[in-house]
Amino acid sequence: MTHTRAGFHQLIREDGSLVDEENAQLDFRVLKELMRRMVFTRRWDERAIKLSQQGRIGYHAPVMGQEAAVIGTEAAMNRDDFIVPAYRELPSLYWHGYPMHQLFLYTLGHQHGGNVPKDVHCFVPQIIVGAQIVQAVGVGLAFKIKKEQRVAVTYIGDGGTSQGDFYEGINFAGALDAPVVVVVQNNGYAISLSRDKQTKAETLAHKAVAAGIEGVQVDGMDVAAVYDVMKTALTRARMGLGPTLIEAVNYRLMPHTLSGDDPSRYRSSAEEDEWRAKDPLIRLRILLSERGLWSHQDESEAIAAADDEIEKALELVERTPKMTQDDLINYVFETPPQDLKTQGKEYQWQR
Amino acid sequence: MAEMTMVEAIRDALDVSLREDPRLLVFGEDVGVNGGVFRATDGLQEKYGEDRVFDTPLAESAIAGLAVGLAMQGFKSVAEIQFLGFVYEAMDQILSQSARMRYRTRGRYTCPVVFRAPFGGGVKAPELHCDSFEGHFVQSPGIKVVIPSNAYDAKGLLLSSISDPDPVIFLEHLQLYRSSRMDVPVGHYTVEIGKAKVVRLGTDVSLFSYGAMVAIAVAAAEELQKSGISLEVIDLRTLSPMDMETVVTSIRKTHRAAILQEASRSAGVAPELIAKINEQAIYFLEGPVIRITPPDTFFPFASLEREWLPDVARVVEAIYRMMTT
Repeated sequence: MTHTRAGFHQLIREDGSLVDEENAQLDFRVLKELMRRMVFTRRWDERAIKLSQQGRIGYHAPVMGQEAAVIGTEAAMNRDDFIVPAYRELPSLYWHGYPMHQLFLYTLGHQHGGNVPKDVHCFVPQIIVGAQIVQAVGVGLAFKIKKEQRVAVTYIGDGGTSQGDFYEGINFAGALDAPVVVVVQNNGYAISLSRDKQTKAETLAHKAVAAGIEGVQVDGMDVAAVYDVMKTALTRARMGLGPTLIEAVNYRLMPHTLSGDDPSRYRSSAEEDEWRAKDPLIRLRILLSERGLWSHQDESEAIAAADDEIEKALELVERTPKMTQDDLINYVFETPPQDLKTQGKEYQWQR
Repeated sequence: MAEMTMVEAIRDALDVSLREDPRLLVFGEDVGVNGGVFRATDGLQEKYGEDRVFDTPLAESAIAGLAVGLAMQGFKSVAEIQFLGFVYEAMDQILSQSARMRYRTRGRYTCPVVFRAPFGGGVKAPELHCDSFEGHFVQSPGIKVVIPSNAYDAKGLLLSSISDPDPVIFLEHLQLYRSSRMDVPVGHYTVEIGKAKVVRLGTDVSLFSYGAMVAIAVAAAEELQKSGISLEVIDLRTLSPMDMETVVTSIRKTHRAAILQEASRSAGVAPELIAKINEQAIYFLEGPVIRITPPDTFFPFASLEREWLPDVARVVEAIYRMMTT
């Protein structure tokens, strides 16, 4: 019988010390790479906030505070595992191979943004909360039918776990024994509604129990722990041992989006400070620095690499031809019906 | 040729497609072991295995979402919604997800899914089994809407729908499942999506219809013939896209048009067809296009459905009034 693995998985405490110094089996090469990616992503997030305000990119949902959950999960995957994202996991898509400029184009409302390159195994960001969960089961089922050792990974927020599609999805995943991992980013709020007002469930991982699938709660500010539970979940799925629901407990340090959300309306600055101290970057930086594995130079290099990549991406955005009306008309169907073609011609596009 | 009812013809189309296309999957509630509540998938699981024809738990959104996810990995699906009345549970996956997959990914992902659902009145079903919700889909971009009126068309249209590169909602009228029985070709043949069919030639009025109402239209035409009124009956067969060429050609000949549908009156197929006729054929008309439909109510409880559904008498009366005023 499956059951929720008890307890809150944590390997690195917020002060950078190890929970179990003696038995910890950490791969420091992996941790260093995770650190590099988190610093890079933090820089990208900070820049994106400004770029979004300047209008150089569009809609941006900040990921600050959630890097460990977004990056730790992706890093544990194989390149051909398939991500069905929500909308706050653009860095997860990026580290899975999605070109940054296309993610920028996506935020700008340009169709090329969603034209996932053939060798990148993911779907486009999902706006309808929960829709991705049932789709991920379809992807997982496809792998199972084709007998491929691949896993469908999907993300959702704490708010999304109230949706019907979430319950339908985890239930289908279990019933069809599909290789699926559902990563719940419990950042404490469904925009403004706090976690304790969303459900009486003790943890969100408990929701796995009713579906009969594995449920794990992990410190979502601890990238080592996230990576660890994700590896286990992916291995289980690959071996045909069934789906896993991972609840990563973290915090969104920034507003929900930059389109007018004001967190001071629903949470206190004391609470924000408390979570700032748990920052996933701080604790790993301490751990690695103390062992001589992370220096100021490493930090600067990661930031410079981000700046460089962002500049290149912005250049590519500039060079991308504007989306045209034909791109709209021609992609409704493979072959536009005559009526639609006529409407396209009749409509006064340029006025 | 083999004599088949419409539900047998549908089953046959699925059989032919499963045999021809190894990427095709068929699933939904009770479609596997039970062979479908109307036996539209009878014996298919036994024949093609549980990987390709399977039962799902009871959740319409997940059924439709499963098809969307499978499409991301190159599978084609025929996903059954047990009754169209239950389809609202799956509307996001059908209309916001499957229909716009091609557009939002610039063709990187497409969604060649057929959503099958029985619907339609006259069989004394419990509430929310019979409603004609096709109008919602006709309004939505990116999905084709097909409703056959007989066994031959059902098989040919379903085979076309399964080969179609875009999502199709394929609606099967409950009354026709067993009342339509005719010779159907063995093996693969197609009836083209987007093509209406003139089922009865006439000269005075073009009567456009689809689904189970086509038989009513033909019966009314025979009745009106006795009074010297000649009806041209056209089975639309596909509601999106609509075959305006056939519609306009008929109106150019008859100069009068009426639309008969089982769906309630407003903002659906009949109003859309009237708008298109206004745009493309108004100068050929001698009078306004009329619509013969039930009123804007819910599909009634079974005890009232006989009175609610358009019948031959209502059509005859409406056309007669149209011709004499």
